[in-house]
Amino acid sequence: MLITQLKSKETIESLAEGKIVIINCHGCKEVYFAEHQADELQKELSASKEVTKIITTDYICNPDNLKLQLKKHMDVINAADTILVFSCGVGIQTVADQFQEKRVYSCCDTYQLPGFQGVTALNVDCGQCGECYLNGTGGICPITACSKSLINGQCGGAKEGKCEVDKDMECGWERIYRKLEKMNKLDNMKYDVPKVRNFGISKEK
Amino acid sequence: MRITELFEKGEFVLTAEVGPPKGVEIDHLIKDAHEFLKTRVHALNVTDNQSSVMRTGSLATCKVLKDEGLLPIFQITCRDRNRIALQSDVLSAALLGIENLLLLTGDYTTLGDHPQAKPVFDLDSVSLIHAVKCLEGGFDLAGNAVDGKPPKFAKGAVVSPCSDSVDVQLAKMEAKVKAGCEYFQTQGVFEPDKFMEFMEKAKQFGVPVQLGLIIPKNVGMCRYMNANVAGVHVPDDMIKELQADKERTKSGDVGVEICARLIRECKDYAQGVHIMSLGWENRIPEILDMAGIAPIAK
Repeated sequence: MLITQLKSKETIESLAEGKIVIINCHGCKEVYFAEHQADELQKELSASKEVTKIITTDYICNPDNLKLQLKKHMDVINAADTILVFSCGVGIQTVADQFQEKRVYSCCDTYQLPGFQGVTALNVDCGQCGECYLNGTGGICPITACSKSLINGQCGGAKEGKCEVDKDMECGWERIYRKLEKMNKLDNMKYDVPKVRNFGISKEK
Repeated sequence: MRITELFEKGEFVLTAEVGPPKGVEIDHLIKDAHEFLKTRVHALNVTDNQSSVMRTGSLATCKVLKDEGLLPIFQITCRDRNRIALQSDVLSAALLGIENLLLLTGDYTTLGDHPQAKPVFDLDSVSLIHAVKCLEGGFDLAGNAVDGKPPKFAKGAVVSPCSDSVDVQLAKMEAKVKAGCEYFQTQGVFEPDKFMEFMEKAKQFGVPVQLGLIIPKNVGMCRYMNANVAGVHVPDDMIKELQADKERTKSGDVGVEICARLIRECKDYAQGVHIMSLGWENRIPEILDMAGIAPIAK
């Protein structure tokens, strides 16, 4: 079972640039979603920012379902600058993959609770690290897309875009870099203090 | 001595890589270091369980070399130790008077001879540089004060100038510089044009870079590297050169000539040379002679 916890209001506000579409993912029995708090926060956000649409749907981790659910909202999504996603880490990655050039940001951190875990998508995985990195990495998870779970960039082991550990696997950091390039957000890779993981809060398997 | 002092003096800094044995018989390594390297390179890199193959430790080998009057560079990877052990080993190095570090992420465990091992990667090359910088400032990574006078190191790292994703490598290089990296050694270079192009972009960081060289021993080795070693590409012309005279390639003469030529071609763009001879330490003096680099005045 996964628990999603909202990021702080300040963090979410700092992500909300330009025209904003919000996507909520409800309905999955295996993920606890902070529905009430999200609703409150989104109301406040709508008052101070240009929120053009709030979409509440289910199972956005399934790419086909996601496409189907968003079909009727595509005009407003295409016109948006930012998509804020309130879901588990799998849902955010699926949305980010669907909209390559959009700024897709996560508004939740995902934790794991012991017990049966539900339906997860085939292509992406959430490491349930409890300190979601997706907002800085173009919606591609460095914990699960990089064999070494590196958070400060590519190691020297990629050859022709493939990982040194598994030649069938794309280098996660090369994907992240290309995605940030498309989003015009390469500055995300420039920060003064290197990132250091907090394994004290991680429930990683 | 820290090798950063040499860069500051404008020296063309020469280093060579040695690998600790799988076992504790180290006499051969010491003998070669004295015979072929002592008067030809400023410092010796000691690898840390290179290619994820378990061997005698880098730190202990550094201490042995130091006691022999040589200047060791302690290579540390993040593969086998968490942040507690890494910082502890960095302090241990200071205690033993080892002042030169090369900080790496490390190859993945499954590439080596213990593929069942747990990969650690608690830190990565960038956060490891940061951790060393914290210790130099008198605090550990968790912010706790370190007793007494803080240690001071020359903090080095690696970069791949001939990588097929050189822009991604440059971004990482910048992160390393920001974290406190003071010098770079490159992955093996066989393409001078790519190296020069890379250095044009890398010079903005203002950090010295040593040209990395691997001695091409034979055609099979080159083909293997082209297929499997990240950031390394031996061009077809060079492979043809190795094929042309089988006897001279076998004796190592062609590989030595190629290395000397690479040094001559890239010298003006680099602040030093780092030679990864993979057991051919005895050929290093010849390479440097041919490249016109005189023995070191000590």
